[in-house]
Amino acid sequence: MSGASPVSRWSGPAQLVAKRTGLALVTLVLVSAVIFTISGLLPGDAAQELLGQGATPEQIAALRHEMGLDRPAVVRYFEWLRGIAIGDPGQSLVANKPVADIISERLPNTLILAGLTTLFSVPIAFLVGISSAVTRGKATDRALNIMTLAMVALPEFLVATIAVLVFSVKLLWLPSITIVPQDPTLWEFLRAYAMPVMVLGVGVIAQLGRMIRAAIIAELDRPYVEMARLKGVSQRRLIFRHVLPNAVGPIVNAMALSLSYLFGGAIIVETIFSYPGLASLMVNAVTSRDMPLLQACAMIFCATYLLLVLIADTVAILANPRLRQG
Amino acid sequence: MAAAHVDVRNLCVTVRTPDGSPLHIVDDVSFSIARGEVLALIGESGSGKTTIALSLMGYARSGASISGDITVGDATLDGSGKATLAAQRGHRITYVAQSAAAAFNPSRRVIEQVIEPALIHGTATAVEARRHAVELFEALALPDPATIGTRYPHELSGGQLQRLMAAMALITRPDLVIFDEPTTALDVTTQVEVLQAFRKVVREQGATGVYVSHDLAVVAQMADQILVLNRGSVREQNAVRAVLEAPADDYTKTLLAAARPVIKAAVPVAAVGKPLLSIEGIHAGYGPVDRHGRAAHPVLTDVSLQIGRGAAVGVIGESGSGKSTVARVVAGLLAPTAGAVSLDGQPLAASLKDRSREELRRIQIVFQNADVALNPAHSVGEILGRVLRFYHGTSGAAVNSRVAELLDLIKLPATIADRRCDELSGGQKQRVNLARALAAQPDVILCDEVTSALDTVVREAILELLAELRRDLGVAYLFISHDIATVKALCDEIVVLYKGTRVESGLRNTYATPPFHPYTDLLISSVPELRTDWLSGVGSQGKVPFAHLSESPDLCRFLPRCPVAIAGRCDVFPPPFRTMTAGNAVLCHRTEAELAGEFA
Repeated sequence: MSGASPVSRWSGPAQLVAKRTGLALVTLVLVSAVIFTISGLLPGDAAQELLGQGATPEQIAALRHEMGLDRPAVVRYFEWLRGIAIGDPGQSLVANKPVADIISERLPNTLILAGLTTLFSVPIAFLVGISSAVTRGKATDRALNIMTLAMVALPEFLVATIAVLVFSVKLLWLPSITIVPQDPTLWEFLRAYAMPVMVLGVGVIAQLGRMIRAAIIAELDRPYVEMARLKGVSQRRLIFRHVLPNAVGPIVNAMALSLSYLFGGAIIVETIFSYPGLASLMVNAVTSRDMPLLQACAMIFCATYLLLVLIADTVAILANPRLRQG
Repeated sequence: MAAAHVDVRNLCVTVRTPDGSPLHIVDDVSFSIARGEVLALIGESGSGKTTIALSLMGYARSGASISGDITVGDATLDGSGKATLAAQRGHRITYVAQSAAAAFNPSRRVIEQVIEPALIHGTATAVEARRHAVELFEALALPDPATIGTRYPHELSGGQLQRLMAAMALITRPDLVIFDEPTTALDVTTQVEVLQAFRKVVREQGATGVYVSHDLAVVAQMADQILVLNRGSVREQNAVRAVLEAPADDYTKTLLAAARPVIKAAVPVAAVGKPLLSIEGIHAGYGPVDRHGRAAHPVLTDVSLQIGRGAAVGVIGESGSGKSTVARVVAGLLAPTAGAVSLDGQPLAASLKDRSREELRRIQIVFQNADVALNPAHSVGEILGRVLRFYHGTSGAAVNSRVAELLDLIKLPATIADRRCDELSGGQKQRVNLARALAAQPDVILCDEVTSALDTVVREAILELLAELRRDLGVAYLFISHDIATVKALCDEIVVLYKGTRVESGLRNTYATPPFHPYTDLLISSVPELRTDWLSGVGSQGKVPFAHLSESPDLCRFLPRCPVAIAGRCDVFPPPFRTMTAGNAVLCHRTEAELAGEFA
């Protein structure tokens, strides 16, 4: 029965959000330790990889010393962590450039692809989820369910291959490789991104749409919905004014999961469309044993994931008057 | 008499059963209501009373279909009048739901929800609607009428929400208001206030009303006419007084009989030697415990009581009184921060995991809601068999014969052992719930609101069963309830809890006449009686002198609500326990003569 006084009004949620942020940071540090340890377990190291099969043990040892790979793991970890914290994850062992430079070339590409896919798929997912929920059990719902299930089940490489076959090979509408020209016109830009966005969107629309349907249906069964109907509230108003504000929590969390997938999980799409994003960069780093690059990519993916979940939590807290008033 | 405002002819509501055949949940019901009158729909759960009420708004819950002729004003079900009933929802016909706490949208401010019907039906501008809402809040005796609407539902009490919901129903100045069990979820003391507020506004507005309830005594205060329903059809319709004084139908007679529980308790057993179960000076609560052994959210303060072998002790209080916490402490589900529980003189470990299996077996708990307490995926036989194996190591054919014995004990056919719990009725489930406790052959059964979720007729039968089991098996009860009539029907001794303190304890007969604690008096006088003029006479207790004080753990907890508090004494010193001549102990500053005189 706490009357919300103006002073304390935001202190409750601010504290909650601060706590979540602190937890996220702790998680990130723990994850960094795991990344560092696991990447150290991969067989071989960059010195060996650089010198090739014919190198003598002495040559390898000399190069290791030069690269600082022979120092104790704990020392290397803290040095690396400090570097990450100040934005300098070190020197790529293979390309011989700063890791930060390599990543700053690729990161915008990944952000554009993820951003476009979000803009494309989230509204459609809402449309699918809401239409499915309000027609629960009827033909529309069943058709949408079968569609989203099929979309979830189809492997991405298959969708991508079929898309290339149809739109590039048969219809000759879209390029099969995503190359964005310098200073593209809007048309060129959209054409270049159409296929990867569509292919990535299939999975996101299906998963997010199903989560939105489930979240709305859970609310539709609550007594306040029947009460709203008996007040003569229209279906549209019921969904947008009554139900969605209460379903925000689960929906934003589902969105956070889907979007974090767009960041690190786009590897297949990047490979098929030869798109220079972060995911393929990370795979290359694994094959060439370029630990600093690999570790930096892994940290970016984890940080993005934690950030998205943190945002989702914050939105959910702010949307719920009980939590908001602490 | 004016022309009928509501006219219902041959109403049927039909659902499809899983095998596809139609089932009439409301079967050929006809009635009419004159303008400005209130009709009560009364019956047990499954009688179709809510379904009928909802059909007046052209609304059927999912899967059901309505047929027949319904006319409300100039609107009809099929739209052959000036409008359809569905179009009148929330405008000319409004609804007050059973549980306001669930029927308000948790994420929106109350005022927005209260004025929403006026806005969507265009009966007023936002400014007018807000002003009207504040007037209604005032008429409904809500605190801070000007600002109460800015709160969220979780910041308000159940009684306040129920009144706010009535304001929401009246905001469009409707012709017909449907009240669907609006006070069933409330404490008796709150129920009185809400009923008085409802009756006042309904009369002031001159609205026609439909009042759905299972409680004849409540209906007697609110309605002009009563329609008695059973299994979807009408048993009797008449004026309230006629139904109460000269019921024509046998079913109505059963309902009336069940509304006045008969005393079933045995003659109090004289305390011989040590009590079976003894609770000494229990303090308990939730949250971290400080150096002085006080929990951050204390629930019980210094509660003591004894139960003799084969005795029945009732614990009564409103929601938040800590009555269920007593059972949780005794069962070991919640460790007390101070005090001790002992069984047969042997102290019991505070926590469940430190008690021996034998100790666990001797104290069993039965929860209020059998739907939740029994695993719906298991058959009755499995549920009972599990207890037998766990406590007695019974196996093989012995389990089946013992299960059959137990089912016989609770008066259910042995064939029910193969049925799953979700195939049983509410009363049957509560019997199985009880049999689960009996299977352990306990010395004490902790009954936590075991009859509260049941209809009056079923409740009667369960009380009968409890009394019989006690007589035959010598099992003792700690019987927790919010309903003093139920407790009086079963228990020899009654303890009254208020906000975690014991304010009165005594034998059953001491609760028949004053002196009692002022809170006990309020509880007893708040129970609706089966006469139409009861509500008008109740609640004129005069003003409460310390209503402005908040409750303090060092003073009498009841002070802020007490009509007979003494300035300079009650607000300064903690109250003493006084033993009255009748033997009951009362925690009050007032003397026996004063307590007897005040309420005589």
